[in-house]
Amino acid sequence: MFKIAHRKSLKPTVTQIEVVAPLVANKAKPGQFIILRVDDDGERIPLTVAGVNKEEGTVKVIFQVVGATTTKLNNVPEGGYIQDFVGPLGNATETEGIKKVCIVGGGVGCAIALPVAEEFHRIGADVTSIIGFRNKDLVILEDEFKAASNRLVVMTDDGSYGREGNCTVPLKEFLANEKFDMIICIGPLIMMKFTVLAAKEFDAPITVSMSPIMIDGTGMCGGCRLTLHQDGKDVTKFACVDGPDFNGYEVDFDSAIMRSRMYSDFERHAYEETCNLFKKA
Amino acid sequence: MEPKKHEMPSQAPEIRAHNFDEVALGYTAEIAVEEAKRCLECKNQPCVSSCPVNISIPEFISHIKEADFEGAYKVITRTSSLPAVCGRVCPQETQCESKCTMGIKFEPVGIGRLERFVADWHNENIKEDPEMPKKNGHRVAIVGSGPSGLTCAGDLAKKGYDVTVFEALHKAGGVLVYGIPEFRLPKAIVQKEVDGLSKLGVDFETDVVIGKTLTIDEIFDMGYEAVFIGSGAGLPNFMRIPGESLKGVYSANEFLTRSNLMKAYRDDPTTPIRKGGNVAVVGGGNVAMDAARTALRLGADNVYIVYRRSMDELPARKEEVEHAQEEGIQFKLLNNPVEIIGYENPDDKKDPHNGDVTAIRCIKMELGEPDAKGRRRPVPVEGSEFDIPVDTVVIAIGTSPNPLIKKTTKGLEVNEKGGIVVNECGLTSRDGVYAGGDAVTGAATVISAMGAGKTAAAAIDEYLSNK
Repeated sequence: MFKIAHRKSLKPTVTQIEVVAPLVANKAKPGQFIILRVDDDGERIPLTVAGVNKEEGTVKVIFQVVGATTTKLNNVPEGGYIQDFVGPLGNATETEGIKKVCIVGGGVGCAIALPVAEEFHRIGADVTSIIGFRNKDLVILEDEFKAASNRLVVMTDDGSYGREGNCTVPLKEFLANEKFDMIICIGPLIMMKFTVLAAKEFDAPITVSMSPIMIDGTGMCGGCRLTLHQDGKDVTKFACVDGPDFNGYEVDFDSAIMRSRMYSDFERHAYEETCNLFKKA
Repeated sequence: MEPKKHEMPSQAPEIRAHNFDEVALGYTAEIAVEEAKRCLECKNQPCVSSCPVNISIPEFISHIKEADFEGAYKVITRTSSLPAVCGRVCPQETQCESKCTMGIKFEPVGIGRLERFVADWHNENIKEDPEMPKKNGHRVAIVGSGPSGLTCAGDLAKKGYDVTVFEALHKAGGVLVYGIPEFRLPKAIVQKEVDGLSKLGVDFETDVVIGKTLTIDEIFDMGYEAVFIGSGAGLPNFMRIPGESLKGVYSANEFLTRSNLMKAYRDDPTTPIRKGGNVAVVGGGNVAMDAARTALRLGADNVYIVYRRSMDELPARKEEVEHAQEEGIQFKLLNNPVEIIGYENPDDKKDPHNGDVTAIRCIKMELGEPDAKGRRRPVPVEGSEFDIPVDTVVIAIGTSPNPLIKKTTKGLEVNEKGGIVVNECGLTSRDGVYAGGDAVTGAATVISAMGAGKTAAAAIDEYLSNK
């Protein structure tokens, strides 16, 4: 069992927890993820590491309440326990040789993008962050990004906060005048797809962080496979052991988007049932 | 002399095809004694040398003849740590039973069925805990709690070693838990074997991924003096044909893990799985049979085994093939998939059914000249492509070893396929590091993994005794 040492509600549907897991805290690096189960019989869900506190031996993860399991997780109080917490899994984000970076985060993807921005800031890189949300009520981690970035642009789809529009608008403005050693984009699949297309107009290198459906997360089940276009060929790669970061130009986003919807009916149904359960309680 | 093996009572095919309860029900004591009497107790004991862990087979059978079932159990557990498992999943027809003297003229003795009976009888009737071995003060770490790791752990614990087993998943048992389905190997039996090792003092640490959470070098830093790597088979192989990323295409590992480990077969699962419709399973091994029979039990209308060779080359355990056939699994032999076809609504790009599997396109094959292994090579018949309408495709064509440990362990030699290189004692290229099972050989059987775990345990014992 793993204790939730701290719990903080960032937004009504976005929660940050710090879980006591010293072995994981000791190893976790920005870009890596963990897998947790809330209770026995529970689903295994991957969540990206949003930070670690080595002294306390805790690992921070931020999640959005979107389905049955995240609803259950959101109902575990501070001081409460979850069944399993395993990691760190996947490879850390590559930072070597990158002196000027643009971090593009979308929605809850910003929770994953933040430790990446902080790491680049720590090693002395020039960090530009563009973070986008649907509306003002969903904006998270703005202060933290401000502290980790030389430049920060906040976007909302409806213009209720920051600038109106999606993240590709300021990205293209920057790319018209300057070069980044790397753009790192973390967010919903559709957002990453269009950010890659925007980068392509300027021939700018871009890395994307993929979080497909996953079960074991250790290279056993193959559920997290992605199609990559490499040297004119389609190759199968596994997000859990080959990723989660991939060259944005190689990822076949259309098949990834299609596969991400494989269980949408089941998930909606399970979510509604869990919600009703908590309503009754 | 009874020329035939005593039949094992089983659930009727039409009933078991709709439940996940164990198919074979096991011998009664009366049948076991009768079957034991068929053993000639011949002097040269060919069965023993063809058992990967060299169980003293005629000896344990002689105890059954006397209805001394606990005596039989003690003989088996001298050399095997997991008798209830092996009695169920070993391919006896290619091992012990293949060499049985009775088998020359008649059917061989049902050694596997007797082993299973003895183990179940013990679990049912003997409640006392085993004696805790005297500790010798040496610490050994085992990576992975599948058959090789459990065997190695058991053998070392019995010798007094302080053993810790690290398991990446949330439950101990490895492939016995995530891979082999309930109807073939009830999970309560695996749990009993794991509990038995705990009672011998073995410590199980779940949720620890070696190569990630801890490295092999860190394990040594923690004070362990030797490590056995039994991390098992790794990433599933795919066919590299168009359509493998469509919705409804699974690797067998994913399909079985969802059903077995994550309990998607139950009515109240938290992990989804596709149920019903028509299902094609590609491959001909035990894993393919398990996946096909799982799909059937999940409510599929038609389940097809698509295999590119013929019945004679089918690598699965004979009993599993027979059970599958009885249950109504349809064998599409000498067929090789060339494409998986999906739905695409030409008028609506947002149709939620876009990308759903609708068919698997196969080409007919014929058998040509034998290859290096003596198996006749299948050759495609030009222009013979045809479609089988299906909703789900499960690909069960093997796995390649897991890369995590190799990536983080300096000086650990692997072969071109990624399997860890070991000598005949299971020793790797690193001092004090041993390995066995699928991590070394690629996908193989439970019993061969157990044999490797056993060999390594003996080698580790020798290494640490002389240190």
